[in-house]
Amino acid sequence: MVPLIRNEVVEKKKWLDGDAFMDMLAVAQSMPGPIALNTSLFVGNKRLGFKGSLFSGLGIILPSFLVILLIAFFFTQFKDNPIVERIFKGIRPAVVALIAAPLLGLGKSAGITAKKLWIPLAVALAVWLAGLSPVYVVLAAILLGIVQFAYLKRKMKG
Amino acid sequence: MELFDLYLALFLAFLKIGLFGFGGGYAMLPLIQHEVVETHNWITVADFTDIVAISQTTPGPIAFNSATYIGYTAVTEMGFSSFQGIFGSAVCTLAVSIPSLIIMTVVCAFFARLNNNPWMRASLSILKPAVIGLIAAAALMLVNRYNFVDYKSWIIFGAVFLASYKKVDPILLILFSGVAGLILY
Repeated sequence: MVPLIRNEVVEKKKWLDGDAFMDMLAVAQSMPGPIALNTSLFVGNKRLGFKGSLFSGLGIILPSFLVILLIAFFFTQFKDNPIVERIFKGIRPAVVALIAAPLLGLGKSAGITAKKLWIPLAVALAVWLAGLSPVYVVLAAILLGIVQFAYLKRKMKG
Repeated sequence: MELFDLYLALFLAFLKIGLFGFGGGYAMLPLIQHEVVETHNWITVADFTDIVAISQTTPGPIAFNSATYIGYTAVTEMGFSSFQGIFGSAVCTLAVSIPSLIIMTVVCAFFARLNNNPWMRASLSILKPAVIGLIAAAALMLVNRYNFVDYKSWIIFGAVFLASYKKVDPILLILFSGVAGLILY
């Protein structure tokens, strides 16, 4: 969705220049919540303040809200149909493959070296096997990053 | 009152998802699954997988899609009307968006100070690789006897994994696997 937003905001409407968009995207991606929503809220706020972000947020929410509502309405009636069940029997393992396949590329672009490999491994095991809520994982990761930085900073001084 | 309690529980669960769902997209899936399948039992894990499939074939962020879908089904499966289900969808979608709205408003106000801030970068140094682990967990949590019923499921998994790695369009792959399911089962 990000290339689509970029095309609309930078190329067509010229609300932000390319560099400003990249800076904004970096921050929007670091914040919790859907990235497309964060990006659109930022652009709306830049143009028209809080009011602007209300409208841009509504704009990004509405299409998928209506589409999924329609699907939810009809799918709940057809879900137990034997043909639909057969189709979804084929689709379910494909869904898992589509989540797993980009992992290697994502790991590389996130800069995961052999030294850092323990982080995603520990997270995956804690959430998958131990059933730990991702809420704690996220809080621990943020805290650990800050503590590590503070420690390194002190060591550099001393 | 029972309906109000359900709305409130949905609201709080999706508020949590919006607030702690870092990394966007698939990285938010383990948190959504943890809340709606394991903690509240609003839908089954097979239904959850179907929502992810629908999300992969329709536009829009996965967090919104699941909020809208789960809001509707959780309410209607409890025996309430379609209209009350639509309101449930709105409650969940709103809840998942509120944290972003507040956080991005603050971010915009302090953008100059946040951009390239060393403390901000530090807080992300472990979180970024952790997000990759969350995506791995998202995949692993869906490997179960509901989604993988026999060896044929694994053949579909392997074929789609390879094709997706070779950058074949995901919508096409979902379509193909649906046809494969129709033929194989």
